[in-house]
Parts: sequence; C-alpha cells; structure tokens
Amino acid sequence: MKLLVCVSKTPETTTKIQLTADGKNIDTTGVQYIMNPYDEWYALVRALELKESAGGTVTILNVGPADNDSIIRKGLAIGADDAVRIDVTDEKDSLFTARQIAEYARGKDYDIIFFGKETISYNASEVGAMVAEFLDLPYIGDAIALEMEGGSATVTRDIEGGEEVIEVATPIALSAAKGLAEQRIPNMRGIMMAKRKPLEVVAAVDYPDTTRIAGYTKPEEKGSVKLIDPENMDELVRLLHEEAKVI
Amino acid sequence: MVLVYAEPTNGAFKKVAHELVNYARKTADVLGVECHALVLGDTPGAEALGAYGAGTVHRVISPQLEAFDAAVYTVAIADAAKKLGATVIILPHNSTGKNITGRLAARLEAGSVAGANAVPMMKDGYFTVTKPVFSGKAFADVQLLTDVKVISLAGNSIRVEETGGEATVTDLAIDLPAAKTKVVKHQVATGRVPLPEAELVVSGGRGVKGPEHWDVITDLAEALGATTACSRPVADSDWRPHHEHVGQTGVAIRPNLYIAAGISGAIQHLAGVNNSKTIVVINKDPEAPFFKAADYGVVGDLFEVLPRLTEAVKKFKG
Ligand SMILES: Cc1cc2nc3c(=O)[nH]c(=O)nc-3n(C[C@@H](O)[C@H](O)[C@H](O)COP(=O)(O)OP(=O)(O)OC[C@H]3O[C@@H](n4cnc5c(N)ncnc54)[C@H](O)[C@@H]3O)c2cc1C
Ligand SMILES: Cc1cc2nc3c(=O)[nH]c(=O)nc-3n(C[C@H](O)[C@H](O)[C@H](O)COP(=O)(O)OP(=O)(O)OC[C@H]3O[C@@H](n4cnc5c(N)ncnc54)[C@H](O)[C@@H]3O)c2cc1C
Repeated sequence: MKLLVCVSKTPETTTKIQLTADGKNIDTTGVQYIMNPYDEWYALVRALELKESAGGTVTILNVGPADNDSIIRKGLAIGADDAVRIDVTDEKDSLFTARQIAEYARGKDYDIIFFGKETISYNASEVGAMVAEFLDLPYIGDAIALEMEGGSATVTRDIEGGEEVIEVATPIALSAAKGLAEQRIPNMRGIMMAKRKPLEVVAAVDYPDTTRIAGYTKPEEKGSVKLIDPENMDELVRLLHEEAKVI
Repeated sequence: MVLVYAEPTNGAFKKVAHELVNYARKTADVLGVECHALVLGDTPGAEALGAYGAGTVHRVISPQLEAFDAAVYTVAIADAAKKLGATVIILPHNSTGKNITGRLAARLEAGSVAGANAVPMMKDGYFTVTKPVFSGKAFADVQLLTDVKVISLAGNSIRVEETGGEATVTDLAIDLPAAKTKVVKHQVATGRVPLPEAELVVSGGRGVKGPEHWDVITDLAEALGATTACSRPVADSDWRPHHEHVGQTGVAIRPNLYIAAGISGAIQHLAGVNNSKTIVVINKDPEAPFFKAADYGVVGDLFEVLPRLTEAVKKFKG
C-alpha cells in the first residue's frame, strides 16, 4: 500500500498565546512547536500499522518553511519511510495548503491520504476535505477506526452522539481522530535512522490568497471568581438562575 | 444572496438548523441581501424555517441524498448555490460540515472560515468573520477575499431570535453523481443532546476517582438536563467514552453553563472550554488553577458538594 500522511506544525500545547502589540499577529517569541497531535498520534501511527501488516510505504508531507524539518524528522523517527516538504516561507490558509498537497499527490497513486482531524492551531478541519475535492477522492472526516481488506476500506467515523460505519474502495482520503491508533514514542534507533532517511524539498505552486487574517483578539479575562459556601448549594442555584441566567 | 444549508437532526429541524438559518439571516442583513435556505431531502417542516429568517426554502429531493456522502452533498450545495446566485454559503461546523465545508470551498475556489463564532461584519471594506483559533486561546478576524464565500458556524455561537413567518418552499432539481461511499451502519444515542450542541454541561475529572463513582456527575446532569463530559485522563483511562473528552485535543465546547468537578484546570483543558458563558468549578484544592477561569467556585469535596447541588437543583425545578 502506498500511504501519504500530511502533517502540520502547531505551537506546543502549554503555549500561552500572546499577541503582538498591534494585535495583528501572534507573538511567536519563545514559542516551541510540535507536530500536530492528531497527525502524529493517530494518522501517522495507523498508516505505519497498515504498512506493517500489509506492506508498502509511508511518506509524510508538510507544507511549510525549512524550520519545520525538525518536526518532519520526528515523523521519520516514529517510522515513516521518507518525507516531502513543500517549501513555503510563510504558513498560508487552508485552501493554499490543500492546493499544494493536491498538486503534489496528483498522479502518484496513493491508496490512502491521511490527515489529522484538525490542527490545534487554526482548528479548521478543512484541508483534508479540500485535497479530496481537488483529487476527486472520497473523504471521511474524524475516523476512529479503519480496517482494510484488499482495496476496500471500512471506516468508522465520529458523528454527534454516535458513530457511522462506511465502506469505500481505495483510493481515499480520511482524517484521524482519537481512537484510530495509539501514540508511539520514537526510540533511539528510530531517531538515528531518521537522519539518513530522504527528505525531499519541492517548490510550491502559485495560488492566490482567498483569505487574510486581519488581526487577533484574546478572550475577555474572567473577573475574580465568586466563592460559594460548600454547605449552601441553594445559593449557587439562585445565582445561576438570577445572576448568570443560565438555568 | 446568502444560502444556508439547513441540516435536520434525526429527521427534524431542531436547534442546529434554527441557529444556522438565524445566523444566515443576520449575515444577509449585514450585506443587505436575501436569505434563502437549502434543504436536502424531504424533512417535514421546511416552511417553519421562515420563523428564523429564511424567505425561501429550496428543497432538493433525491434518493442519492438519503444516506450521507460528502461528495454528493457538496455537488448538491455547490450547484444550488450557482443556480441561485448565492454569494455566501453557510454550513454547520459539526461532523457533517467538517466533511463538506472544505470540499465546497475547494470546488468553488472560495475563501472559507471554518468554525465561525460571530456574525460577519464589514470592516475596513472587507467581509470579515471571527473564529476561535488555538482551541479558543485567541480569536482571529478573517477577511474573505473571493466573490463567493463559505462559512461554517460553530454551535451555540449566537442568540437565536425568531423573526419572520412562514417560508415559501420550492423544489430544485440538481443532477447528482453516484456516491462512492456506502453507509453500512448509522448509530446515534437518542435522548441526549450531543456535547457540541449542549447548553448545559457537567464534567468530571480525575478527582472523581473512578467510573464507579460517576453517578455524582450523572445525577447532577440528569437533574439539570445537561450533557456529561470529562477531562482527557478520564477518557484515556476508559472511565468514560472518548467522545466525552473536552479540551484542546478533544471536543471544544461553548455551553451556557459548564460545571467542572475534580478537574484541575490544565491549560489544555481550559483551551476547549473557556469560551463557555458561565463556569462553575468544584475542587477541594483552593489553589487549583481552574478557579482563575471560573465565575463561581466551590472549595470542597465533590462527593459532598455534588449531591447537595443535585438536591438544590431538584428543589429549584420543583
Ligand atoms: C505559526 C503559524 C502561523 C500561521 N499563520 C497563518 C496566517 O498568517 N494565515 C493563515 O491563513 N494561516 C496561518 N496559519 C495556519 C496555516 O498554516 C494553515 O491554515 C494550516 O496549514 C492549516 O490549518 P487548518 O486549521 O486550516 O488545518 P486543518 O484543516 O484543521 O488541518 C487538517 C489536517 O490537514 C493537514 N495539514 C494542515 N496543514 C498542513 C500543512 N501545512 N502541511 C501538511 N499538512 C497539513 C494535517 O493533517 C491536519 O491535521 C499559521 C499556522 C501556524 C502554525
Ligand atoms: C499534548 C497534550 C494535550 C492535552 N489535551 C487535553 C485535553 O484536550 N483535555 C484535557 O482535559 N486534558 C488534556 N491534556 C492533559 C492535561 O495536561 C491535564 O493532565 C488534564 O487535564 C488533567 O486532568 P484532571 O484535571 O482530570 O486531573 P488532575 O490534574 O489530576 O486534577 C484532579 C483534580 O481533582 C481535584 N480533586 C481530587 N479529589 C477531589 C475531591 N474529592 N473533591 C474535589 N476535588 C478533588 C484535585 O484537587 C485536582 O485539582 C493534554 C495534555 C497534553 C500533554
């Protein structure tokens, strides 16, 4: 099986997001980056499991600047065979990113293109569906189980309050949610081997901007907490009803 | 024209559809254009979407729409938008929307905002939509630069107001491709509001100490008519199902009321819940970080406080 796993970079989860003084940008001073958890924990690992059971190759792909190579190397250390980075100097919007991935993957006959459920930075859940549309592939979002039998896939996806099971013939694209696989920690041997695995850098294709981020704001800070006597829950109910007006 | 995909919930138009249509109405008012709704299938009650602001409801009825296939739905919405000359298309940011929004934006090469949480505005001459980013740690103002624009709306984002009367319902014919996917099982728990749509949520953390103690959480949830949630370690230990896990790597929610018991308030947990309107924290440790993000706090043992709160709620509800 020929498998492609698209991975993005995101600020480490404990990052306190700060804005630049003019509010136009995120202040990235001191921000540490990681591979987006859904991509690393579930998409990449399920792809590796399929390769281990049925043979094939796992390629990881990132659209981003050269700084992202350390994140890509981590994917290689976890077990991907090779990697591609589509070289852009700045992160751009979902449609631009999807266009780059689609143009790279077109004609390369991947059986499955894996995505994460969403990036934990821009939280769009769009890139995978966009790539699927550009390549005319079926796409299943929020996959929590994937079983293969020859060229036929059975995918379980999360839906509100339940789940849906779908049968579909490859080639397909899907996004990985919690449950699809268990996180793997790279070992020393993997880390050493990753240094020698191929990482191809490809030029981006031109694509116009369809969106632009004009600026950012932060959520309003909460005022100080109102403490309620633990013996007096009638008072809490009264406040929730009369003051907060939520019950 | 603003065209909104009115999605039924288990065969009827409920809160999801009402909020979407009302959001579309408000968007149309900003632009000074008409608001039309699109219904895929023969769900009854389409004319009643008028009450939330749709002037006309266009209905596409076809056997190909009976089971969900994202590619087929995308063609239906894209072609309807083209035929009707829609310039803004609105979808839900839920499991359906997450399978369609990206496809639709790619098909129409339209700028999109996925997971918007406020009515668009014209700002500095640009059509601008706000959405939470970094799992709610910040909001981005996104300008959409294309003629046709796609927005998906996060649940519980606006106050739903009933405006108009009945909508005119007309049928629309669209050629649909054959589906490549086959739904072999569709299973939803009834009787419980799914987390992303829930207005009231009661959530438990590691402080609840094991699945055998969860009735303190579920009893309160039942008394309130709330949905239950949990922190990540709770789901990771299989004390509760994965779909209850809220936070940065779980479900992001914005209910009117979030009650957190035995949850410390780690930054990754807060990221997914801090846009809740009112937060109540119950923790025995007065130094627990969650108190800084709370509106109301109770310092105490949850095994005493929660049953007391449940009783108080029952008394209040009479
Ligand atoms: C530091 C930083 C700054 C940014 N600045 C901007 C900005 O100024 N303007 C702007 O519009 N966007 C910006 N972005 C976001 C931008 O890079 C894209 O929007 C992002 O790549 C896709 O995010 P999304 O939430 O749309 O992805 P989703 O649709 O949520 O992503 C789903 C999946 O698609 C795949 N994927 C997503 N992105 C990539 C990628 N780059 N390479 C390979 N696979 C990918 C992953 O599998 C991911 O799990 C920034 C991101 C970062 C980390
Ligand atoms: C990459 C990454 C992503 C993550 N994503 C998420 C996420 O999406 N969601 C999430 O929740 N976490 C996430 N986490 C985990 C997060 O960092 C915390 O570890 C987790 O939220 C802690 O869960 P908790 O509050 O239930 O447990 P703890 O931190 O152990 O807190 C338990 C609390 O219960 C209180 N308590 C104990 N007994 C009682 C009692 N009898 N009465 C009252 N209070 C009591 C204690 O004082 C304590 O504050 C993530 C971590 C990482 C590294």
